[in-house]
Parts: sequence; C-alpha cells; structure tokens
Amino acid sequence: MRFSFLTRLTLRSWTILTLTFLYLPLGVVAVLSFNKATSLSWPPRGLTLDWWRQTWEATGPRDALVNSVKVALVASLIALVLGTLAAFGMHRYRFFGKTTLSFLFVLPIALPGIVTAIALQNTFNRRIDLGIVDFRVGFGFHSLVVAHATFCVVIAYNNVIARLRRMSPNLLEASADLGAHGSQTFRLITFPLVRSALLAGGLLAFALSFDEIVVTTFTAGSGYETLPQWIYSAIQRPNNVPQVNVVATFVMMVSIPVAWLAQRLSDGPID
Amino acid sequence: MLVYIASLALLVVAAFFRLDGFTGQPTTELTTDNLEVAFTTWDFVRVVGRSVRVAVLVTVVCFVIALPVAFFVAKVVRPWARRGLLVALLMPLWAGYLVKGYAWKAVLRPGAEFGVNKDGGFLSSVFGYTPGFGQVAVVIALSYLWLPFMILPIYAGLERLPASLLDASSDLGAKPLRTFSSVIVPNLLPSIAAGSIFTFSLSLGDYITPRIVTEGKFTMIGNLIQSYLLAPNQPLAAAFTLWPLLIIVVYLIVMKRAGAFDSL
Repeated sequence: MRFSFLTRLTLRSWTILTLTFLYLPLGVVAVLSFNKATSLSWPPRGLTLDWWRQTWEATGPRDALVNSVKVALVASLIALVLGTLAAFGMHRYRFFGKTTLSFLFVLPIALPGIVTAIALQNTFNRRIDLGIVDFRVGFGFHSLVVAHATFCVVIAYNNVIARLRRMSPNLLEASADLGAHGSQTFRLITFPLVRSALLAGGLLAFALSFDEIVVTTFTAGSGYETLPQWIYSAIQRPNNVPQVNVVATFVMMVSIPVAWLAQRLSDGPID
Repeated sequence: MLVYIASLALLVVAAFFRLDGFTGQPTTELTTDNLEVAFTTWDFVRVVGRSVRVAVLVTVVCFVIALPVAFFVAKVVRPWARRGLLVALLMPLWAGYLVKGYAWKAVLRPGAEFGVNKDGGFLSSVFGYTPGFGQVAVVIALSYLWLPFMILPIYAGLERLPASLLDASSDLGAKPLRTFSSVIVPNLLPSIAAGSIFTFSLSLGDYITPRIVTEGKFTMIGNLIQSYLLAPNQPLAAAFTLWPLLIIVVYLIVMKRAGAFDSL
C-alpha cells in the first residue's frame, strides 16, 4: 500500500514525539544524577560526580542490590524450570480443563500486584496444617523467592510456549521418521530450538523480579530489603534525592542492555 | 501455580472473617460485614469509580499513542529500520518501574506557577507549565509505564495483516481512511483487546505510582487496600481486593470474547 507524503510525515512525527515522550523522563533523571543541587529542580546547577562516589560507598543501596540479585537469580531459575515444564505439558497434551488452566496462567500478570501480594502474604503468614506436616512459611529470603517465582513462571511459560507454537510439527515428525527416539529428538531438535527462548524467558523473569516492588513489600518481612524497596523508601525522604538519582540511573544503565539482549535472543533464528 | 490459586482462594475467604475488636486480629468467625462496608460505603465506591476512570483513561491514551506508532513501524518504515525502532520503543519498559515513576516526578514537579515556593521540575522551567501532581500526573505516568504493552500486540497484529488485504481495499476504491476503519481496525480488534488487558488491569491496581507522582494526594483502590492492611484490618483489606478481582475477571471474560487471548 502506498502512503501520501502527508500521512508519512504525520506518522513519522508522531513516532518521534512518542520516542521523546519515552526517553525524556529517563534523560532528565540521568542528567540530574550529576547535578550539584540536591533537589529535583531543573535546570541542573553545575556538574559533579560526588553523588556517584557517595552512593557507591554507601552500604544501604549496595546491600539492597546484592539482595535483589540473589532473589532474582533463584526465583527466575525456579520459574524457568516450572514454566518450561508447564509449557511443554500444555503444548503437547490435550486434557480436561486446559482452557481454564491457560486462563489461570494469565491471571498473575493481569491481576493487580497488590491482590497477589496480599493473597501470598496471607498464605505465608498462616499455619498450614496438612496432617503430616504442619508449618508456617514465614517471611524472609525464602518467601520472597517463592512469591517472585509465582509471577516469573508466567513469563517463562509465555516465552517457551510462544516458541513451541511457532515450531513446525514437521520437524518432530521428520526426526521420528529418521528413527530418532523421543529423547534424541528432544536433545537434538526440540532443545536447540527452544534454547534461546529459555534464555530470553530467564532474562525477562530476572528483570521482572529485579524490578518488583508491590509483592516484595508484602512478602519480604522486615529485615530483608531489595533494591526497589530501598528506592521506594528513599524517594519518600527528601534528603535522599541525589542518591536516588544515581541509583535510578544505575538501574537504567544495567537493565536496558539486559533487556536488549533478551530481545535479541527471543527473536533467534527459527523459521 | 497451585500456591497462587490457593492463596487467592484463601484471600476470598479471608474477606469474610470478622476482625476481633479486642485483639485486632482476624478471627475465623464468618461475617459479611466487611463486604458490606467495602461495597456499599459511598466514599469507597467513589475511590473504585476513580480508579476505573483512571484505568480507562490510561487505556485510551495508550491506544491513541500506540496505534499510529505501531502502524508506522509495521507498515510504513523500511524493513531495515523496523527492528531498531521497535526495540527503541520497547526498551524503556525495562528501565525500572520505580525509576520511571520517579522520573515523572522530576519532570512534573510543580514550580512557581503553582504558588509553591520552590524550583519547578523540567516541564515547569522549560515550558513554564506543568499539570502538577494530580490526576493528570497519574494518567501520564501510568500511560508511560504501560505504553509498550499496547504497542507490542498492535504491532504484532499489524504484522500479521497481509499487505495484499490493504491493496485489495484500495483497489476496490476505498480511501485510506475507509481502509483504516473497515479493514485495519476490525482486524486489529483482538490485538487491541490484548493490549488493553495490560493497560487496564495494571493501572487499576497500581498504588505506588499514584503515591509517587502525587506525593500521596491521590487515592486509588490499591492505596485503600494498603492503608487497611497497615491499619491493620486484614479482612477489610481482603474485602477491598474483591473489587479489582471482580472487575478484572469480568474484563478478562469480555476481552476473551474479543479474541484477546490468542493475541497475547
């Protein structure tokens, strides 16, 4: 279809405006992290690297960063395993209640975080008596991992099932025709094809967990602080503005390339 | 998954528990009082109405921004520029949720024109105008946060739309606007519905962004839930969560009708 010059111009301008809208706020914060003044006011007053040095030396944000990485690593690994198994199961078999189950898989991302958060907090706080075992999950590192894995599973699942759906069933049949066993087909055909989807799903799950604040607030308990929690509480203290600017810029600088990598991987050669 | 569903079920049950006025702890005695408070108190219903309004506004804003952009990237731009542009549009998604809310606070910070005795943020000092910290700020910040979720499904939908379909339409004498309304939009409906699931439901339950960009002056359902949870009145908070739960399940069912699930 051909487009008139005016249509193209309008669409192009609109896209450029949108890109400005998307990057302007991030740019403002990045610039402010080198600002001498200690408020969010614009324009910045003078250039300084002091805040970067000061934040680097502070223990609060660094401990929080380490905690975040630990939780995100473990949670995304668990999510990856469970999500992949679920995706294979849902893809290969037809069974009673399959549509309902696929509906349920969307629920944790569609429902507001706070609903998930309270639901999980409520459960972790309760004594669970299964007859043989009687326990209470409680709060801390382990509860955070379980909570994060819950919503990360969805991401892993979606990535893997999308890849499986795009995969031609002919490949598996061809492999079987050539005399490969089920496990050989998996090792030589299926796995290489979904590998990049797995990696992408894992990275996205990691990014999601790393960034999560709502569920974290309600399931971390006291004494375990992740980076988003640190940022959130620092935002509310007026004298922390410079440190927040630095941490915010740092988060952008780390997570955007990771996301870019995930993006590249999930488009890996397949068709 | 099981943990999640069990937790949700427990939560629904918890809404029926009575709060022991003496110890402040929830008892297992059943009552419908919490539900009655949550669903009939006028002030609370107003907050729900406000949240739904914000969620709808955000969805509309995202749609209006996303459709031309997605169309430009999918159909107009040359193929070599397509990937890079798409990535550029989606990258801010990963910049960190709090970081983005905070960034808008820096951009929207009111200055002298609000009669505040402080220096304004970016908009205020560059353009001399900012909508300040209010409902507009909440809608802007939430639209910003969820925009990529709208762009992506619409882009995917457009990509699936064969170019021959558009050519056929123009061959049959349809003007571009007619092609747009009779061919493109109907075919995109499932994708738009899929995108709106994210923009709508993510906005509806958000309580952190409104808190950050309005400095706590704007109350949505999530803020209400959180404040009762800290009160602490867990049963009442649980009763409030039924609001978004119901709204979203209804929304999902409607969107499923529109074919949204196949486009996720």
